[in-house]
Amino acid sequence: MKEQLRSIEERAKAELEKVSDIKLLEEIRVRFLGKKGELTAILKQMGKLSAEERPVIGQLANTVRADIEAAVTEKQKQMKAALAEKMLAAETLDVTLPGKAPKVGRPHPLNAVLAEVEEVFLGMGFDIVEGPEVESDYYCFEALNMPKHHPARDTQDTFYINENVLLRTQTSSVQIRTMEKMKPPIRIISPGRVYRSDAVDATHSPLFHQIEGLVIDKGVTMADLKGTLELLMKRLYGEDTQIRLRPHHFPYTEPSAEVDLMCFNCHGKGCSMCKQEGYVELLGAGMVHPKVLEECGIDPEVYSGFAFGIGLERITMGRYSINDMRLLYENDMRFLEQF
Amino acid sequence: MDLSMRWLKDYVDLKADVKQFCSDITISGSKVECYSEEGAYLSNVVVGRVEAIERHPDSDHMWITQINVGEDELVQIVTGAQNVKQGDYVPVAKHKSTVLHEGKEVKITKGKLRGVASNGMLCSLAELGLTVHDFPYAIEDGIFILGDDCDKTLGKDIREAIGFNDTTVEFEITSNRPDCLAVIGLARETAATYNIPLNVKKPEYKGVDGDVNDYLKVAIHNTDLCKRYIGAIVKNVKIEPSPRWMRERLRACGVRPINNFVDITNFVMLEYGRPMHAFDLRYVEGGEINVRNAAPGETITTLDGVERQLSPEMLVIADAKKPVAVAGVMGGEYSGIMDDTTTVVFESACFDGASVRTTAKKLGMRTDASARYEKGLDPHECYEALMRACQLVEELGAGEVIHNYIDCNYQSEEPKKVDFSAEWINRFLGTDIPEAQMIDYLNRLGIKVENGKAVSPWYRIDLEVKADIAEEVARLYDYNNIPDTIIRGVANAKLTDKQKFERSIKEAVLAMGVNEIATFSFISPKYFDKIRLPEDSKLRRTVTIMNPLGEDTSVMRTTIIPSVCEVLARNYSYRNPEAYVFEMGNEYLPVEGEELPAEPVRLGIGVYDTKDSFDFFDLKGIVEGVLKKAGVKEYEISRPDDSCIFDEKVSFHPGRAAVVTADGEQLGIFGELHPEVCENYGIGTRAYAAKINIPELMAKGTPEKTYSPLPRYPATTRDISVACDASLPVAELEKAIRQAVGSILEKVTLFDVYTGEQIEAGKKSVSYSISMRSHEGTLTDEQADKAMDKVVKALADLGAERR
Repeated sequence: MKEQLRSIEERAKAELEKVSDIKLLEEIRVRFLGKKGELTAILKQMGKLSAEERPVIGQLANTVRADIEAAVTEKQKQMKAALAEKMLAAETLDVTLPGKAPKVGRPHPLNAVLAEVEEVFLGMGFDIVEGPEVESDYYCFEALNMPKHHPARDTQDTFYINENVLLRTQTSSVQIRTMEKMKPPIRIISPGRVYRSDAVDATHSPLFHQIEGLVIDKGVTMADLKGTLELLMKRLYGEDTQIRLRPHHFPYTEPSAEVDLMCFNCHGKGCSMCKQEGYVELLGAGMVHPKVLEECGIDPEVYSGFAFGIGLERITMGRYSINDMRLLYENDMRFLEQF
Repeated sequence: MDLSMRWLKDYVDLKADVKQFCSDITISGSKVECYSEEGAYLSNVVVGRVEAIERHPDSDHMWITQINVGEDELVQIVTGAQNVKQGDYVPVAKHKSTVLHEGKEVKITKGKLRGVASNGMLCSLAELGLTVHDFPYAIEDGIFILGDDCDKTLGKDIREAIGFNDTTVEFEITSNRPDCLAVIGLARETAATYNIPLNVKKPEYKGVDGDVNDYLKVAIHNTDLCKRYIGAIVKNVKIEPSPRWMRERLRACGVRPINNFVDITNFVMLEYGRPMHAFDLRYVEGGEINVRNAAPGETITTLDGVERQLSPEMLVIADAKKPVAVAGVMGGEYSGIMDDTTTVVFESACFDGASVRTTAKKLGMRTDASARYEKGLDPHECYEALMRACQLVEELGAGEVIHNYIDCNYQSEEPKKVDFSAEWINRFLGTDIPEAQMIDYLNRLGIKVENGKAVSPWYRIDLEVKADIAEEVARLYDYNNIPDTIIRGVANAKLTDKQKFERSIKEAVLAMGVNEIATFSFISPKYFDKIRLPEDSKLRRTVTIMNPLGEDTSVMRTTIIPSVCEVLARNYSYRNPEAYVFEMGNEYLPVEGEELPAEPVRLGIGVYDTKDSFDFFDLKGIVEGVLKKAGVKEYEISRPDDSCIFDEKVSFHPGRAAVVTADGEQLGIFGELHPEVCENYGIGTRAYAAKINIPELMAKGTPEKTYSPLPRYPATTRDISVACDASLPVAELEKAIRQAVGSILEKVTLFDVYTGEQIEAGKKSVSYSISMRSHEGTLTDEQADKAMDKVVKALADLGAERR
């Protein structure tokens, strides 16, 4: 019986060695280990054995069964692995084929930059306010210390709706509306569309965007204005950004300044990009004129403040090296998809 | 303002080079646009003398010249000009030189002309970039023969020899500083910037016997518009070209020299910033100067030869009978200086700025004079200007000035005084500038500080409040030396609900693959026709621009749809295969009884796609995505009917448009664009558009999101197919299902709509999957069956029979 068991083990192992089909493997397992299999058949004869032999043979039979089972399992594992490998190999892709892009819309470059500017100012405690684009002469000019016939009006060619209503030429109109509604301390920006009667070309558009800023409180200084603008420019253009202030004239601020950004291209030496100036004009700013404060019922002896107006097109074009303003309003998909 | 650096240096001893000067003066407040060197394009052109001249053997018009250019050997040059003689001094463009030809730079090299060597070129005025106005004794068609006013050193660079080597600096002068539209004004700024002396002498003239009143009577009939009028007489006038020093200064400032008298008035205008005028006394009838308003119907032919219609609000200078000049704008053609003028009237006057501005604008003629007057000049400097003009007449020997003059309506005013406090200025600027330093800055600018007051010089019309004085201090201190500080106080800013809402809607639309656009807010009224608006549509009532750039941008849009269509059309014409665009922008709607229109925000969406399929339902998906983002949970989408508030409904395909309604209010309209609209815009494919009213959408939405517990019991799903009239909207079926199932309904999903085989004509088959779930326990089959029985009955009531 011992021999029979040994033989079963040997034959089973030999067959397992050769088998390569998963169905045949199962057949072998059933043949040797199944209920009607060879091993079972031998065990059925155990009754014939003496009491001494029975435990010895029983133990041997169990060892043989365990060995064969282990060999079968091992073989199964091997075959599954081989099969899986084969299947995976068959599924190999050309990973260099193009990807399928989900459609994702892009924000307009003007609004992408505006969002950044708003972020900076929100962080500095500026609320965002809005004002009408179709505006009365009073808010756009008169209250800003530009009465009728003021020569400074000439620099802002205006679209009129009627004698008293116009398309605002500057977001400064929102300064007045804000000061009428809010009491100091005031800290706001107001982005929006403005209109001037300029024909469309690479650097002009009859419609463009400004971001107005206004701060009114006790003890606000021109140094505060400088610090605020410096911070904005560094956030927008990087820590090594340098700005330059130079005197200018706006009827609604005094002192007034224009702020230039050091040319990225030549770092102030002068090149064709900055028309040899070394700087690029960026925005207008100044301390709110006492007459404007008075007009809005704010006592200039108690309060002071500053205001600025940033040209959104200019900073956007600078940001992305866009050389023609018309592109911003053409809305060509090939342009829009770049942002 | 174009400034001649040569002229500037007559008054200040400037050491800085021009580049440094431009930077320094910009920082101190006079913005330089750019600068240019006269004749910079010329190179290797020198003074030469014609030593010999002979006919070219093979030409009937060319000459062979031998030119001495101060070198050991003579230079042989062949010329075609006929005005050259032996001994003439001429500009010589040597071998490898640059001159102008027909306005463009050309290189001159040696060569042969009809077999004869020519080692350069003799130059005409045009080839140097000059005209006979610069050298009146020269001729236009021929070589420029240097006169006695030129340096005749042989071999000398021609630019130096003829004074064509000035530098012009172009300033952008702001409207508050008309005093800087003058060489002396800019010299003052220069002196203040560098803290160097300003050398301007008070002009004086000797004069001759006689009495100005024998020649001239002056009457100001409108003393509000004419604050001062000074008249002087020059007799025994000799009209001739002015000297080179005057001509070259005028040229560098961009003014063409004409003759000595015209040049003197221009020179004084540039020097002092005060426009002057010269009349020929012969044409001032009755020797009368009347400063008055124009009479109705009066006309004048101005110096530029154009007849101008005058109107009564315009101020004119008239003689006994007719206007001879438009005050402060331009003189009349017939009363100007002519070659045979013998007696000249000089006018130096102060006209009201606003009046000159209005007149110049109305006549459409902005002149150097009006540009200065309109900013509001002070009456004082009229006198200096007149003195200077008379002084120049004597200096040039151009005539005899009668010793006295007529000075009309002059009221000496107190100089402007403003409180001065160094402490206040430092507090305002955020600086720590010593008081003495401030006073020094102000003094340099001609502002005196006396008894706590800053006293303006009379030419500064702009110093009115303390802040003005602070600016004067700050600009000489240099704005860039002011420290950078951060505003103090509590910063507590947040977006408003409206701003948050608009941002979130934009984000949602972007996430659905639609690109943001920016379009003009003004459109052409013709666009209303393009989108098929009826003649009586309320949207045709627009905010209209009185002075538009053109019809295309003449009305403010009352609907965002044409803006979207325009962008689709442009992309289509660029052959872009697809366009997915949206704009969140304003419409501008006139409001009855209000001065200003309403400017409501609209979301406009436009799509066409020739590459991938896009249809009505893709657009509907986007619109519903917006509704979901807005938190509008209950809404209805239906075909626009007579109650539709959107006049744009006619812009859509009549069978493929829908209106979104929530809680009885219509929020938007969307659908496929009408084929006619596509055709009008030249869009050769199906295109889609939507418009959603943002404020209304926000009002109907609930921004709050609350969590509902996840289900604990399984759902039961039953499918049902029914056949119904093809025209029955499926929304009605769905509504019936919802009502029939009641509270255990979880979801109704339409999964098939079918017409064709096996379905009766005019009918359609619609299949739903109905998911039911209870939160109390697992649904039994009986419960589900009961609900489905109700569904079948409810659908049958709509004429939809189970298949």
